[in-house]
Amino acid sequence: MSHSEHHIERNSLSYGIEKNVEVLAQKCYQCGKCSAGCPVADQMDFPPSMVMRLLQTEIPANDEKILRSNSIWLCVTCEMCLSRCPMEIDIPSMMDYLRQKSRSEKKVNKQAKNIIAFHKSFLNSIRWTGRLFELGLILDYKRQSLNLTQDVTLAPKMITRGKLHLFPNMVKDMGHLARIFRKTSNSSK
Amino acid sequence: MKTGLYPGCSLTGSARDYNESVSALAEAFGLELIQIPDWNCCGATAAHNLNKELSLALPARILALAEKNGLEEIVVPCAACYSRLVVTQHELKKNPELKNRISEVIEMDYRGTSRILNVIEWIDKYIIPLLPEKITKPFNYKVACYYGCLLVRPNKVLNYDRAEDPQTMDIVMTKIGAQPVDYPYKTECCGAGFSISRTDIVSKLSGKIIEDAEYRGADAIIVACPMCHSNLDMRRPDINKYWKTEFKIPVIFVTQAIGLAIGLSPEKVGLKRHFVDVKIS
Repeated sequence: MSHSEHHIERNSLSYGIEKNVEVLAQKCYQCGKCSAGCPVADQMDFPPSMVMRLLQTEIPANDEKILRSNSIWLCVTCEMCLSRCPMEIDIPSMMDYLRQKSRSEKKVNKQAKNIIAFHKSFLNSIRWTGRLFELGLILDYKRQSLNLTQDVTLAPKMITRGKLHLFPNMVKDMGHLARIFRKTSNSSK
Repeated sequence: MKTGLYPGCSLTGSARDYNESVSALAEAFGLELIQIPDWNCCGATAAHNLNKELSLALPARILALAEKNGLEEIVVPCAACYSRLVVTQHELKKNPELKNRISEVIEMDYRGTSRILNVIEWIDKYIIPLLPEKITKPFNYKVACYYGCLLVRPNKVLNYDRAEDPQTMDIVMTKIGAQPVDYPYKTECCGAGFSISRTDIVSKLSGKIIEDAEYRGADAIIVACPMCHSNLDMRRPDINKYWKTEFKIPVIFVTQAIGLAIGLSPEKVGLKRHFVDVKIS
């Protein structure tokens, strides 16, 4: 099969990444610098260089492994991989795409539960007040994650240091913020 | 020229100390900072992890508000907000179609002309030239300058300092009398937004950053990011528990160190709000 024919038939995750975030997994030559520099590689099912290799195969079973892995959720977006990649492959943007794809296809790794609960609570806080309301975030996160006892001693210490407000500091034009959330709600839930 | 200020959410809450030190410096050096009216959250990690379009629209609203209010230059003390704002400006510049779509979402004109400064750039531009005659109490300590991730990365987009072993904060610290130590953890990640959802990861990563600073004989870790600060300072009890030790080194914002060097009180620059005692003022 010629290269162009191969291209037309592609329906892989790698192709989706290419189309949506203009990242070419094929450019990776497996030097491993991303995995060496990644602060959370040791806890990932597959370190970043192995995610790249799995993508390159364009085999459905491998695509599935990536979308169901904890790797895409443990990525903390520190951008070290991109900074050190000799081919300048934008792995962090790719990870954002993979997270969104993993959610929309309902393939989220169970270890991501608390991480997603936190992100959702964070966005809820902005949705309702326009600015992060830290106390609201903590309470909403507890509701979503059911980690009710976590950090119970921290909040009073923050309050005595004036670091935790009891009331939100709201954006005035909340209607504007609400419209922004509504108009962008199609790209993700 | 008037400089706009985008404080971001942290500076109004958990990083109030950082905000106080930025304001104290602006006041001491006679610099006018105008808060961007009705600013919103930049969306932080949560938005770009879950919703790309929202992660561009939120910073775009902030930048459009700055433009609308005639603020051609804005300083963003939070490294994470700084990175989000610069990345958004970059993405919308390289993709006019996306820029139109985002303008439509935010229902505002967006030109993308604001000059966005991080806190070190602001210090370099406005404070360093006036610094020599202002110093009354040289900050004569060994320091580990911790830049974290988002002040320098993505480096091709931010185009600020070098990605490995950056120098700008070290140079600022030498100018107030400090001695920066060689510090290989300068740009390692502290665990960032996992502070609440994966405190174990933050404890592990931040512990390494702290351990090496102590090992190199630093009296303080100097930071320019509220997320780095809250992980290294507020999360210290978790870190000590994870590493089964008692790390004592304080974590000080670069603006607090400058404040002390020009004779401002520890209270004035917010040092009393820290979790880890700062005994070096």
